[in-house]
Amino acid sequence: MSIFGEVPQAPPVAVFKLSADFREDSHPQKVNLGVGAYRTDECLPWVLPVVKKVEKLIVEDSSLNHEYLPILGLPEFRSASSKVALGDDCAAIKDNRVGGVQALGGTGALRIGAEFLRRWYNGVNNTATPVYVSAPTWENHNSVFADAGFKDIRPYHYWDAANRGLDLAGLLDDLEKAPEHSIFVLHACAHNPTGTDPTQEEWKKIAEIMKRRNLFVFFDSAYQGFASGSLDKDAWAIRYFVSEGFELFVAQSFSKNFGLYNERVGNLTIVAQDGENLTRILSQMEKIVRTTWSNPPSQGARIVSKTLNCPELFAEWKGNVKTMADRVLLMRDQLKAKLQALNTPGTWEHITQQIGMFSFTGLNPKQVEFMIKERHVFLMASGRINMCGLTSSNIDYVAQSIHDAVTKVQ
Amino acid sequence: MKKMKRPDSKLNETEVKQNGDAGGHLSVFTNVHTAAGSPEKILLSAFKKDTNPGKAYLAGREYYSEDGKTFELRLVRRIKQQLSADPTTRPEYPSPLGLTEFTRRATEVALGKSSRAIVEERVLGVQTPGFTAAVRLGAELLRNWYDHCAAWCGPVYLSSPCDDSLAGIFQAAGIQDIREYYYWDDQQRGVCLDKLLEDLEKAPERSVVVLSASAHYPTGADLSHNQWAVITELIMRRRHFPFLLLPPQALCYGNVEREAWPVQYCASQGMELLCAQSFSHCFGLYGEAVGHLLCVLKQNSLLLSVQSQAATIVKSLWAQPSAGGANIVATVLSNPAHVVEWKEEVKHIVERCMLIRELLRERLRLLGAPGCWNHLTQQSGLYCNTGLSEDQVEFLSQRRHVYLLPSGCLNVSAINGRNLDYIAESIHRALTTSL
Repeated sequence: MSIFGEVPQAPPVAVFKLSADFREDSHPQKVNLGVGAYRTDECLPWVLPVVKKVEKLIVEDSSLNHEYLPILGLPEFRSASSKVALGDDCAAIKDNRVGGVQALGGTGALRIGAEFLRRWYNGVNNTATPVYVSAPTWENHNSVFADAGFKDIRPYHYWDAANRGLDLAGLLDDLEKAPEHSIFVLHACAHNPTGTDPTQEEWKKIAEIMKRRNLFVFFDSAYQGFASGSLDKDAWAIRYFVSEGFELFVAQSFSKNFGLYNERVGNLTIVAQDGENLTRILSQMEKIVRTTWSNPPSQGARIVSKTLNCPELFAEWKGNVKTMADRVLLMRDQLKAKLQALNTPGTWEHITQQIGMFSFTGLNPKQVEFMIKERHVFLMASGRINMCGLTSSNIDYVAQSIHDAVTKVQ
Repeated sequence: MKKMKRPDSKLNETEVKQNGDAGGHLSVFTNVHTAAGSPEKILLSAFKKDTNPGKAYLAGREYYSEDGKTFELRLVRRIKQQLSADPTTRPEYPSPLGLTEFTRRATEVALGKSSRAIVEERVLGVQTPGFTAAVRLGAELLRNWYDHCAAWCGPVYLSSPCDDSLAGIFQAAGIQDIREYYYWDDQQRGVCLDKLLEDLEKAPERSVVVLSASAHYPTGADLSHNQWAVITELIMRRRHFPFLLLPPQALCYGNVEREAWPVQYCASQGMELLCAQSFSHCFGLYGEAVGHLLCVLKQNSLLLSVQSQAATIVKSLWAQPSAGGANIVATVLSNPAHVVEWKEEVKHIVERCMLIRELLRERLRLLGAPGCWNHLTQQSGLYCNTGLSEDQVEFLSQRRHVYLLPSGCLNVSAINGRNLDYIAESIHRALTTSL
């Protein structure tokens, strides 16, 4: 008798299933707008030129040792990563109260941060601390915090479907009503899946309430540079909160902005109240990492570290990132223009108002089904599309398909 | 714990905005205390502070070459160059379960190509970011699903001694009941089978037993084929679940198949098992976190569900494993010419370790060091247990600046032509000086 005899089949992950269905579809004009990765105008993944260059440098470097990385990761990677998020002139860094933990991608950074908070925040091993995630949010946020042991994961108002924008009133209300010390997972920029970010004024309102009510700030930053093309602009919210004196975590991912999806490069930036706190926190983080993956992989961290720490390479990288961001902005402009030219019913301003890889089109589930089944354009049931899946060759077809979906299906 | 006051800790109005100080509020992390360092970390820290020119660190995890550094296999270096010039490598998310070619080869390397379990499609292979991650995934799988009637919570039996991080990994996965079974015997300078069997016999039915398939860390003492036969018979009779560890495969005898024998034997007996593998050692890919979790099931009808559960667990831990190292391993193992070359390079590593063991044994004999040292050459691989007591180990680090693990175990590769005499002499002194 197998001990695994009663194991039920876990539900498939929606976005992977979508990709699998896409692969099996043989329609010549099929388009995949589901996957969360960058594609060029030829619809291919893109190895950033600076990454290719740096990889070669690393391979040729005979001085590199091949030992296990320290448990907390490559030191020059951790400091450079935190700096890129918080800014060169960040006072908290100068105060030696900022630290980093290299992690397996953004997911790894979130998990280590969540495990730490469950053990050490709001008491000891307090699994009852409420964790708030946006409605909607990246689906994995729920799993990461739940598997870290948190029992009470709640949504906070975010997306206003009627107005296709941010439900600021609802959000602020949730902040006012949340129990003190609740944890809030905030998207630093390019909100996934809606692409809708608070304005600077709105962030200030959010910060004011969070400070007053002692709510914990946990930023998820997976798209720095990728959203607007500017690293500084995309990090504004994080830097504002730090300047306001918050202790906070930032889970950073370099998957998208370095195109290093398969090397799993992430960093958990910790802004502590002072250096002594930081030391104690890092010692506990190390314990958590020790029982998860122990020593992180070095390849991706070396690439990022070399790039961020060398002025010429850093400049080249910013250029590469801007290339990606610009293509996305171009597709947004063109899609909106084409829908308007087709006189597609509804307003389409949100396509250019939203930012980053994703757009919440506003298509309802029936319309989404039409898109997939009748037009072979694959998108998430929520109506989320990945702008990177659009190219100059398929944008007309996609625009026409959206037009058909909206006019034929209610 | 000393509290350090910052020189400018007095707040004043003009400074607040600039510093972004929370201004008088207690940190939300005031109740976080400093974690006790692991014994290895404390040891390494002491070694780094030691200014003695003759100091030697024999407690490391990696293989060190004759010049005292970890090194890259020539074949691996060439493949890295090839891969970096390869225009077809695609930067996209790998599957949560890893590279198919890698898991296929890693599975074959553990079970053998013609394993019935593979042919019958009841083997799950999951690429993990390193060995620890493989153990963690296995622990999570066991905890979630071992007993469908209730969330099973142990017990898990670990060898005494064992890698001191193992208990923590199972606990992090939610299994609190961790126990030990007798393994290393100081008198016999090896495994004491009788006491081992006694402990496993007394263990509650359906316990998880963690066994080292080869290159036991930290003692280097492995089980013979006969011992495996007896132990597996007990395991089957008591309905225990074996969780095998295969970290530095190929580094004991230079023979991949030989070292995987226990895994193949258990599978051939029709047992279900988990096996955590690492390719760090045998490919010199320490920094690349290349691990693998093997799961042999009793029925192939279970494969899809267990696979889906593994993917679900992975998704909230690290989402997907890192591709780099796995690519290299897959490239080597799927090319027969590469395999030959790889085995040759590994053979050199193994032969060097064996040579060091012989030389050390010989030196100790010549010095007249008390005790029997045959076990040094009877056992093989990277680690060996000197049988030194805690006091003697401390003497070695304090007075001779030679650092061993507290258990008396050491990494033989860290011994080389330059320090062999000094180390042998030091061990001799530790044994003969009255402490």
